[in-house]
Amino acid sequence: MPTKNLSDKDVLAVPGGRIQSLSRRNFLGYLGGASALLVTAAACKKDDNNNDMGVDLGSGDVGILNYAYALEQIEAAFYTKIFESPYANITPAESALLGDIRDHEIAHREFFKTALAGGAIPTLELDFSSINFSSRDSVLAAAKTFEDLGVSAYNGAGKLIMNPDYLVLAGKIVSVEARHAAYIRDLISNGSFADNTVVDAMGLDKSREPSEVLTMASSFVKTKINASNLPTS
Amino acid sequence: MNLQNIINEIEKVDPEVYQRLDGRRGAMKSFASFSGKVAMAAIPIALGSMFKKAYGKGTGVTALIDETLNFALTLEYIEANFYIKGVGTAGLIPAGPGVGALTTIRDHENAHVNFLKTAITSLGATPVSFTAASFDFTAKGAFADVFSNYDTFLAVAQTFEDTGVRAYKGQAGNLMANNDVLTAALNIHSVEARHASHIRQMRKARGASVKPWITGKETGIGPAVQPAYNGEELTTQANVNIVGINGTAVSASAASEAFDEILTKEQVVAIVTPFFA
Repeated sequence: MPTKNLSDKDVLAVPGGRIQSLSRRNFLGYLGGASALLVTAAACKKDDNNNDMGVDLGSGDVGILNYAYALEQIEAAFYTKIFESPYANITPAESALLGDIRDHEIAHREFFKTALAGGAIPTLELDFSSINFSSRDSVLAAAKTFEDLGVSAYNGAGKLIMNPDYLVLAGKIVSVEARHAAYIRDLISNGSFADNTVVDAMGLDKSREPSEVLTMASSFVKTKINASNLPTS
Repeated sequence: MNLQNIINEIEKVDPEVYQRLDGRRGAMKSFASFSGKVAMAAIPIALGSMFKKAYGKGTGVTALIDETLNFALTLEYIEANFYIKGVGTAGLIPAGPGVGALTTIRDHENAHVNFLKTAITSLGATPVSFTAASFDFTAKGAFADVFSNYDTFLAVAQTFEDTGVRAYKGQAGNLMANNDVLTAALNIHSVEARHASHIRQMRKARGASVKPWITGKETGIGPAVQPAYNGEELTTQANVNIVGINGTAVSASAASEAFDEILTKEQVVAIVTPFFA
């Protein structure tokens, strides 16, 4: 059965009905820095195993961090799987740099897991059956999808983050994802690092809302993800 | 038109305007949803009046956003003029894929200049302006052959792109009060990172010891650009040690590569100042 999750606003409920004017930013401001993450994470901890609504990412900044954690789980697992049996004729240069990317994604995944502590969603069950890991074309096409999607996800999530420290952290990661995306794209077709399928006429990269990103990623994730409590602005 | 009249006008499209203005935080955060309801032409007025109400003076968050966007515009002018000159210099770029790639990057930087000029103007502020004559891309002789030696040109390009990535990242927090502006800045930020990745691959293909990402604080160029890379060697994020995290094999190199670091505005200014004439 669906569980009711405590949101930041619930935690902050005060008499007098002025909840609407008390933002999550206020809440985090009151608690200050890293301790806010831990407290809010504890408030959002939930039973994920017996929930028809799926794994709940949670609300507020914790929800966004769990959203990022979910995406990093997909990426890290994908690159790990590449190295279980690399595609034929992988070059030393490709092997080295794809190995770098794998390690970066593992670093991202484990960082979020550690930072979220008790508030972290569980390990997701993934499905890469649509990818032919013996085919360079199939592997690189999937990598391109994941990297471009990751860039757009972080770009779209920035406005949903309330704590400036977390915004900077997301910024530190998204530019590395963009470096990956450009490299993968150039492996597929040299010079496509920032072509007009990702960068518009104003020179802007894509940004996507969580709902759109999770829909695009859904074919790779068996575990149902519930993003309904994520902030929307 | 006095302030009360403006608020009355706003109230016609946003009945909750008084509620929104009841606190500084509320006023800051509400603009994102607010902007969709007001005719575009009215936004600068509406915004200005909101913050005058919230802050009492015309300084504060709007001024910070204007200042931050003009800082970004300054950096984009540097990059745009650099690539315009480079792509336009006969004999500098060898025939081949480099021509297309650098032309693409030039066009993006020009687009960023135009986008930021428009954004700043629409916020009611005045964009800074520079011309080709504003710059000295030899950096007072440090890169004397920048437009005659392709490797020097690419080295300076790498430095500009990596610095730009770090600069935008460092300013994001200043734009949090305006969702549209923040998202646009993030969308530029990742494009700069794509450029950086490609320029670094171009340099690698010509023998430089670099990867698409930044390892430690290695420049792959030399001490002249070291300030643009200092701090990138960080392997701890939010007090979490990334090296070997949770029993994984993440090395110090990978830990530093996995997170790009910010530069403060002051650090960026120090890095780019030699490139002004």
